[in-house]
Amino acid sequence: MQPPKRALQFLRWFCREDCIEEIEGDLNEMFRKNCQTSPRTAGWKFTWRVLRYFRPEFMKPFNNYQSNALGMYKSYFSIGWRNVIRNRGYSLINAGGLAIGMMVAIFIGLWVYDELSFNKYHRNYESIGQVWSFHSDPATSIVDGDKSMQYPVGATLRNNYGQYFKHVLMAWWPGNHTVAVDDKVMLKNGLFVEPGALEMLSLNMIRGSYKSLDEPHSVVLSRSTAEVFFGDEDPINKTVRLNGRMDAVVTGVYEDIPRNSNFGETQFFAPWDLWLSVNEWARRQEADWDNHPINIYVQLQPNVSMEEVNAAMKELYRKNMPADFYKTQERFDPFVQIIPMSTWHLYGNVENGKPAGGRITYVWLFAVVGVFVLVLACINFVNLSTARSEKRSKEVGVRKVVGSRKGQLIAQFLTESLVVVVVSFLFAMIMVGSLLPWFNRLTDKDTTLPLFNPVFWAMSLAFIVLTAMLAGVYPAFYLSSFQPVKVLKGVFRSGHFAALPRKVLVVVQFTTSVILIIGTIVVYQQIQFARNRPVGYQRSSLITVHVSDPAFQNKLDVIRNELRGSGVVAALTASSGPLTAIWNTTNGYEWKGKDPNMDASFAICNITTDFGETVGWEIVAGRDFSKEISTDSTEAIILNEAAVEYMGLKDPVGQEFTDVNEFGQKKWTRTIIGVVKNMVMESPYEPVRQTLYFYNPKVFLGLMHIRIDPNASAADALTKIKSVFNKNVPMAGFDYTFVDEEYARKFAQEERIGVLAGIFSSLAIFICCLGLFGLASYVAEQRTKEIGIRKVMGASVAKLWQLLSKDFMILVIIACLVACPLGYYLMTTWLLDYDYRTEVSLWVFVLTVIGAVLVTLLTVSFHAIRAALANPVKSLRSE
Amino acid sequence: MAQQILGEFEELVLLMVAAMHDEAYGVSILEGLEKELKKPLNISAIHVALKRMEDKGFVKSRFGGLPKTAEGDERSFTR
Repeated sequence: MQPPKRALQFLRWFCREDCIEEIEGDLNEMFRKNCQTSPRTAGWKFTWRVLRYFRPEFMKPFNNYQSNALGMYKSYFSIGWRNVIRNRGYSLINAGGLAIGMMVAIFIGLWVYDELSFNKYHRNYESIGQVWSFHSDPATSIVDGDKSMQYPVGATLRNNYGQYFKHVLMAWWPGNHTVAVDDKVMLKNGLFVEPGALEMLSLNMIRGSYKSLDEPHSVVLSRSTAEVFFGDEDPINKTVRLNGRMDAVVTGVYEDIPRNSNFGETQFFAPWDLWLSVNEWARRQEADWDNHPINIYVQLQPNVSMEEVNAAMKELYRKNMPADFYKTQERFDPFVQIIPMSTWHLYGNVENGKPAGGRITYVWLFAVVGVFVLVLACINFVNLSTARSEKRSKEVGVRKVVGSRKGQLIAQFLTESLVVVVVSFLFAMIMVGSLLPWFNRLTDKDTTLPLFNPVFWAMSLAFIVLTAMLAGVYPAFYLSSFQPVKVLKGVFRSGHFAALPRKVLVVVQFTTSVILIIGTIVVYQQIQFARNRPVGYQRSSLITVHVSDPAFQNKLDVIRNELRGSGVVAALTASSGPLTAIWNTTNGYEWKGKDPNMDASFAICNITTDFGETVGWEIVAGRDFSKEISTDSTEAIILNEAAVEYMGLKDPVGQEFTDVNEFGQKKWTRTIIGVVKNMVMESPYEPVRQTLYFYNPKVFLGLMHIRIDPNASAADALTKIKSVFNKNVPMAGFDYTFVDEEYARKFAQEERIGVLAGIFSSLAIFICCLGLFGLASYVAEQRTKEIGIRKVMGASVAKLWQLLSKDFMILVIIACLVACPLGYYLMTTWLLDYDYRTEVSLWVFVLTVIGAVLVTLLTVSFHAIRAALANPVKSLRSE
Repeated sequence: MAQQILGEFEELVLLMVAAMHDEAYGVSILEGLEKELKKPLNISAIHVALKRMEDKGFVKSRFGGLPKTAEGDERSFTR
């Protein structure tokens, strides 16, 4: 009979090394004697006796205080380092792959940080907001809104809701204005706003103070703007002329606002009153609740929350609009809400009166991609380390025999992985440092490596330790679990099960990479699709110039004649709004057959008779405006195809179109004379808005469009045109854009994402292949003898190559099978965001799978073929 | 020598060891004491006592073969 196993195990676990044999012997002897006399109780007695031995005198010293811990760790480091040096190839692959993964993670981290800290420069970040007006379409119940606010809302907020707000600031739209100092004229982005803005945005005033805008004829410049105009001189009390009409004295200079702020491009602030002084029409809006021309910014009182305020805002219209006007608006259920600054950048999509996502999806996306790429690199590390562990099995065996405990071995291998991780981190930092300017250009940001920020170093340290743990824990435990006897005897084989986790990891790696590649291809497809969308007019060789500066007032005819005579201009026109944006929308139109409940809102654009010819639009029904027909300016209107569809008209030409005011009274009626093909004026991803075109020579048109003669070179034409402008209106800056460039900017966000996605997926695949390379090399090395024997037996190179590659190919195919459905699902979900979108087609997946298989084949073949071509004599002779 | 005080039980064990003339080990001491004292004892108590006495310097242990047990276990003999 055997003594109870559990009790024996327990004894061996806790008992001191030097007593265990004696005690065990005695217990065994007593057990045997007990078995002869009373066998049934022998076991219990044995167990009881074991328990009685569980006392301090016989316990193992569990706190193994090391006598020379420092020396031990030093030895770990030096052995780890020697290991790295001795196997340069593998170490390079390991460290290189990890470095690339870290570099990607760091870049993404910087980008995400920049995005998340947007607007946080302003100290009152939490309590600043912008006022939006919302209404719902009675036919569809969709709530829509905009930052455009009515003039009276400002006064209402101040007078009736003053307890909520510390600042209520009326402002004009931020935009480019001409700034002139003596004869230096430049276009700068600036904001006309009430004086409290300086304090609200907590600008860092280098000169002047928060009161600097109190006087109407004052202006506050950014540091860089002041330097451009005044160099080293003190800019204070110097005069500048804004937009050729407003004279102001520089009363302050503020430190440039960082680029990651909604006000990052603002180069000057000027008082609201100054703007009002030259825009008389605005004063007439004081009681107008219908027109929404301005912006309103607010800052809440310190103890007031956004929710509180917004609950009160919902009633603002009902309580404050003139009663009879409100009755006409009631069916649209209008209300006011404050959209907080904390949501402006990341949650720019406003739905149903609340911020609801936007850029935040991209931030999440990139964060996830970053984590994945890092995980890929760590997986590589784990795979390679465990694969190569067989080489170190003898070392582990010897160490264990000499007396190393499992904990010490684990510490040793973790230290080694720490060494590799630190080296990779250094590589990664160097790469990040040198590639940062390029990355900034790519992402249109201004990120820097915060080398002086202790938080950054703390995070990096945590990052290094985390990665070392993550990547090193599995190999460490695996290696330290080798049994010395098996290992030293030489029959140690890792067995089939050891390869399984490695295979799973390779599949995971490839799945992620394939999904990334599919994603990149689809993003590019979407961009191309949108680019190829017919724009409806000729974009190229078309310049738009802002001529709203009063300096142009009487010079426009002269300029036009000179341009026509210059020989480089093929056509000229003007319009109230640009070709690449909609500036005006109005509602309140009627036509035959209109649904009475429909809130018909249209985009409007005032143009000239030359517009069609200059921009090259296409009339599909009826005719264009004509100078000859005098009634065109008072009785004609042109619609675009989208408008016709919107209105549900069958035969629009000749029908009447009426403008009514809110009380249902007719303001004017015009006849539809023509229908024009849709022009993409807003986002290429969205359907074209229903647009109306008017020809009214009395209305001042602030934008001139110039079609450059196709026979002239663009540069040449530009110089000539510029000289005409400078000659006639030297005081106004030549504010121009090329329409095709402006249009191309609409793709900027998607393009950036496409490029970034492309880079990241290539890097991901590269890392995967690096790992595969290492693994293949290892497998080939392991099977050297086997291959030698097979060759001797007569296997061909092809057969051997197939043998070695087969395993990896199966893994890649499995990965592709998993990745394709996932990729399809993810991509279709992303595309749902776009109204105008491409289809996710089959060839994308086929192409990606073929690509992945090819790449894997190439990587593995290198080693497979090399092994297959090896001289069997050499491989069989090796020890 | 720091602690020279011998407990009662330890004294008994010591005497038993002396009586066994170089062939004392755990079980033999136990059996001997049980025979003399006519009361059951626990083997762990014997070993604790032996350990304590070894620390105090009263006994010395060594490894050696055992003629009694058929399996040839090695016992640490105390003297």
